[in-house]
Amino acid sequence: MASQDIIARSATTTVPPSVRNQEEVAKLIDTTKCIGCKACQVACSEWNELRDDVGHNLGTYDNPQDLSAETWTLMRFTEHETDAGNLEWLIRKDGCMHCAEPGCLAACPSPGAIIKHANGIVDFNQDHCIGCGYCITGCPFDIPRISQKDHKAYKCTLCSDRVAVGLEPACVKTCPTGAIVFGSKQDMKEHAAERIVDLKSRGFDNAGLYDPAGVGGTHVMYVLHHADTPRLYAGLPGDPVISPLVELWKGVSKPLGLLAMGLAVLAGFFHYVRVGPQVVEEDELPPLGDPAVHEVDPSVHTYDPKREDRP
Amino acid sequence: MIRKQILRYTANQRTNHWLVAILFFMAGLSGLALFHPALFWLSNLFGGGPWTRILHPFMGVAMFVLFLGLVVQFWRANYFISNDRLWLRRIDRVMKNREEGVPAIGKYNPGQKLLFWTLLLCMLGLLFTGLVIWRAYFSQYFAITTIRWAMLLHALAGLVLILCIIVHIYAGIWIKGSVNAMLHGWVSRAWAKKHHELWYRDVTRDERPRRDPPLSKKG
Repeated sequence: MASQDIIARSATTTVPPSVRNQEEVAKLIDTTKCIGCKACQVACSEWNELRDDVGHNLGTYDNPQDLSAETWTLMRFTEHETDAGNLEWLIRKDGCMHCAEPGCLAACPSPGAIIKHANGIVDFNQDHCIGCGYCITGCPFDIPRISQKDHKAYKCTLCSDRVAVGLEPACVKTCPTGAIVFGSKQDMKEHAAERIVDLKSRGFDNAGLYDPAGVGGTHVMYVLHHADTPRLYAGLPGDPVISPLVELWKGVSKPLGLLAMGLAVLAGFFHYVRVGPQVVEEDELPPLGDPAVHEVDPSVHTYDPKREDRP
Repeated sequence: MIRKQILRYTANQRTNHWLVAILFFMAGLSGLALFHPALFWLSNLFGGGPWTRILHPFMGVAMFVLFLGLVVQFWRANYFISNDRLWLRRIDRVMKNREEGVPAIGKYNPGQKLLFWTLLLCMLGLLFTGLVIWRAYFSQYFAITTIRWAMLLHALAGLVLILCIIVHIYAGIWIKGSVNAMLHGWVSRAWAKKHHELWYRDVTRDERPRRDPPLSKKG
């Protein structure tokens, strides 16, 4: 079945098939309601049929320690002491943010390996992935991982297979506290606004929505108690943007580089056409004053095959 | 006896040069495939995208190692000498094939010397940044900002290298006789005197004393 809802396609300079109009979706993760049960991790693993290796306990609740090609979402636990001396347990479900302006897609050199659907989902197509890891370089959130089995990049798909047939992502379906909800981006923003009013009334003055503008907004959003300092939540970037280094590398340098190479070739060609080759006239060299050069070595016999009196 | 032609490059030097050239084309074309979407089709030359990604760094490292062979053999001849400054100031005359007032130069002209040192710089840059972004083996040892710088500088060094080689190849097409020097090794005396007079004097200096003994003993 042809996809007709692709609004951005990696390493593609023409408009991808995008006639289908879809409403933008979003997953809203309310960190203030999360109890850290990891049901979402299990649901993700089950639906996507991923079985990561059993790792080691390093003295934190984070389990496994990090995202991997087989762990697409992960609860990150932070113990935060407030100025008042209270301990807060901040738990953030980490995973792909599905940026409106995805750094991974901008960096990817393989046509069609990363696509963005009209509903906002950023999806990796491993069939086209070449395993270079440029998506890791481009991502402002450190999400994609290269599998050591097949050397392809993997990350959360926002259950694009489920969403395509009208289901919510597996993590949303399983969340026991309703901390993860899914719907149109507009509805999720409204839902978040209500939550934030509630949180503020309960003393969380800095409660707010995390939908960072630096990447054009995201299709996975957080409600944070401390939206003024997202860093508290296991290093969630305060103002994520595609790195200027990546912008430069994948932006102007590509067309300018091609132009420079093309111009260099053209310059050579027209130099040849206008100035011409530099040819050495063999009589330019004055006699060396060296009779040896003109002396014929008697050991060399001249032989002319056209002459009749050959042996 | 004295040959009419002068040996400019030995068989080993020629082999070394062309091995570097072949590897440059392989690493360069596979690198360009990943540089711009318009050139991704070049990955087909290497068996597809994943093979391009796998092979490119190995070809690059091989190119660097063989290039070191050229550096070892030619670095001394690429020191700048006093005539080079004037030559560079009169580069416009050189470009127009009008050579009156252009000073005599050694085995390499200052343009070739600049090319040599720029190539060395690019090769070193490509090697070190290339190791940083070699995802299969080394990237895990570097921070993301380091990797991003390495990506940018790798692309830049590759671009400068390719531009240099375009100039290098064109110079070979323009200056008749120079490709032959690298293909079979020999140049004519007139060529040597016209393009590299100091080198010509240097390599023919020893010939004079050898004029005295009889050149032709029946053998």
